Amino acid sequence: MAIPLIYNVRNLRVRMGATVMTALGIALTVAIAIFIMMLLSGLRSAFRSTGNQLDVMAMRKGADSELSSFIAHDAFNVIKTLPGVARDDKGEPLVSGEMVVAIVLPRADGTGETNVTVRGLTPIGFKLRDNLKLVQGRWFNSGQREVMVSESVKKRFAAEIGKTLAFGKGLWTVVGVFDASGTAYDSEIWGDVNQMANDFDRTGGYSVAHIRATDEVSADALTKVLADDQRLKLDGVAEVEYFAKQTRSGAPIQFVGTLVAIIMAVGSCFAAMNTMYAAVAYRGREIATLRVMGFNRPSILTSFVFESLLISLIGGAAAVVLMLPFNGLTTGTSNFATFSEVVFQMKMTPATVITAILFSAFMGLIGGIAPAWHASRQDILVALRD
Amino acid sequence: MTLTRFVTKNAFRNRRRTILTVISISVSLLLLTLMMTIWRSFYIDAGPPESALRLITRHRVSLTFFLPSAYREKIRAIPGVVNVSPLNWFGGKYKDDKPENFFAQFSVDPEEIVKVYSEWQIPEDQKQAWFHDRAGCAIGRKLADRHNFKIGDKILLTGTIFAPFNPELTVRAIIDSPENDDSLYFNTLYVEESVPRWKGRAGTFAIRTDSAESVTRVAAAIDDMFRNSPQPTKTETEKAFQLGFVSMMGNVKAFILGISSAVVFAILLVSANTMAMSIRERIREVAVLKTLGFTRNGILALFIGEAVAVALIGGVVGILLAQGLVRGVANSPQGGMLQYISVNPPTMAVALLVAGFVGFVSAFFPAWRAAQLNIAEGLRHLG
Repeated sequence: MAIPLIYNVRNLRVRMGATVMTALGIALTVAIAIFIMMLLSGLRSAFRSTGNQLDVMAMRKGADSELSSFIAHDAFNVIKTLPGVARDDKGEPLVSGEMVVAIVLPRADGTGETNVTVRGLTPIGFKLRDNLKLVQGRWFNSGQREVMVSESVKKRFAAEIGKTLAFGKGLWTVVGVFDASGTAYDSEIWGDVNQMANDFDRTGGYSVAHIRATDEVSADALTKVLADDQRLKLDGVAEVEYFAKQTRSGAPIQFVGTLVAIIMAVGSCFAAMNTMYAAVAYRGREIATLRVMGFNRPSILTSFVFESLLISLIGGAAAVVLMLPFNGLTTGTSNFATFSEVVFQMKMTPATVITAILFSAFMGLIGGIAPAWHASRQDILVALRD
Repeated sequence: MTLTRFVTKNAFRNRRRTILTVISISVSLLLLTLMMTIWRSFYIDAGPPESALRLITRHRVSLTFFLPSAYREKIRAIPGVVNVSPLNWFGGKYKDDKPENFFAQFSVDPEEIVKVYSEWQIPEDQKQAWFHDRAGCAIGRKLADRHNFKIGDKILLTGTIFAPFNPELTVRAIIDSPENDDSLYFNTLYVEESVPRWKGRAGTFAIRTDSAESVTRVAAAIDDMFRNSPQPTKTETEKAFQLGFVSMMGNVKAFILGISSAVVFAILLVSANTMAMSIRERIREVAVLKTLGFTRNGILALFIGEAVAVALIGGVVGILLAQGLVRGVANSPQGGMLQYISVNPPTMAVALLVAGFVGFVSAFFPAWRAAQLNIAEGLRHLG
């Protein structure tokens, strides 16, 4: 026979102080775990959403990022003629030669300097980015010292329209703000590729070529053709794969975060155990009475484990509510593949909430089992006489 | 019975509760100590004395841009500069992409870099062997231990930035240094010969100055010299250069502060909860003590002393655990920038102070209430 749940709920209310303190302790632990998960899922979604299934990147053999890659003009021209390359309505091949560099800019909030990716491209490059929107101002003109920034770059480096940024061999005027729908491009500054190649002394080629294939089979074939063509000395990478690989830039956060969450969880488990032991000790006579009334040992055990679970779940729920305001907050960390900052929004996904609740339940369970076991093993006569 | 004895006896009369509390507090303090140690190594520590004499010059735009190697002799001519060596990030892959196989590789001028990093200890014969083998390399003791590299072993690196150059290097020297470096250094001429586009270029220059006084002046002199050239420079101290990487990771300060305050608050809750429970059980005893002539302040002191004692025990255990953990993190492949840290006495003192303070605060309110208790009511109380 099970003990009614209301018995536990009422008990928690009677011992309000201890309940609140224990639940709050668990809430703090879960909040830190949620914070880390929000960072990681935001970072992951920025990289996962970048790239098109049909797009292939050509880079120098052995180069593991756009930054360290180089493609000479003649190789670039060969790429344009490869079979399987899609064309736009004017018959132009959809191959975008782009130059990628990293520059140092001071953050607007005064927390130091950081590296930002600057990408030189042509209007063909715009066509290859799905979900690209102009939010403010206009696209840059080719042949001009003009740049466009993403929404987050605008905020983080105070790069409003009309302001100038100093890099390369002089000043660049911000003429537009774009939105790349939360992809990795939302951390970048864009300008005309030829202007930039001059400024950075990188004439004679591009860093990378982004290629749109006609269909997925051709995309697959293109990666192989690029790698096999002896004239080119290039490698072909599926764009989606390239960006997915960069999620590993979250590894340091994950490492530190997991360590912190585990250590705090150990502390919370013992704190919950303490509270539950006190609850059991306090109610020795009550438990004995329940036994006399006919509740058996398993039902006492379940009842106390449930009570501990209840405390931890209150804590878990409180943590979720506590962290909700962080949802959508923009932050950044360094991406070692591009040697620059990747900006992303913290995300509270359903998976995060479920993990957080399970995590708190786990702490409650671990903290509750030993005291509940102790409660169910008490000698009835001794406890009644106590 | 002395007062101390009374406090200790009381602290351990519910042994299980005290032990659980101590464990709970100690893991939190372990975390706090860890966070403080990271903070200290990033923002407070100056590094070895030699580090204060070193400057790093890079391209003004960012580390990903290169400088002409001819800058080296121009920098050397500046008064106050003793030694200059190129220090180029090679970024090669060893075996695969796994984090445990990652380590830093730099191409340098061997004969000059050992003077820039004068704290390095390399046996003279190994040093000479390295100087005379263009395809040789010197590795940090830690790297040697981690991969079990010995003198004479071959290390094959796959170039990424310098692709398709894949050097096969022979270990000629093992470096012992206070920072316990786990990097690999090899001759930059080897790169220049094999990668034509790299000829006449350098990533950064590591510079040793003659005294701490000339550091600022030399840094300004270098940057002034190249200000209007096509490749302007940025020169900063080694420490500032390293801090640049920390700053790239994001808002590390806020992250550490956030975790630390959550931890302190968590210990406060645990300790307060324990004290509230143990004082509630002893209401009747308090009344008895009062009857015996204990003053309100005396009772307050008894309870606070008990809480502080328990918290301090937790603190000591936590600090000891932190010592162990820091060593573990430092040796793990994910340690990255944390590989040189260790817990120092001032950090321990602060951790203990926090523990004591938390004990004090947590006990104050329940103890104060108990002290105010009316004797007759207390005696009537059913524990």
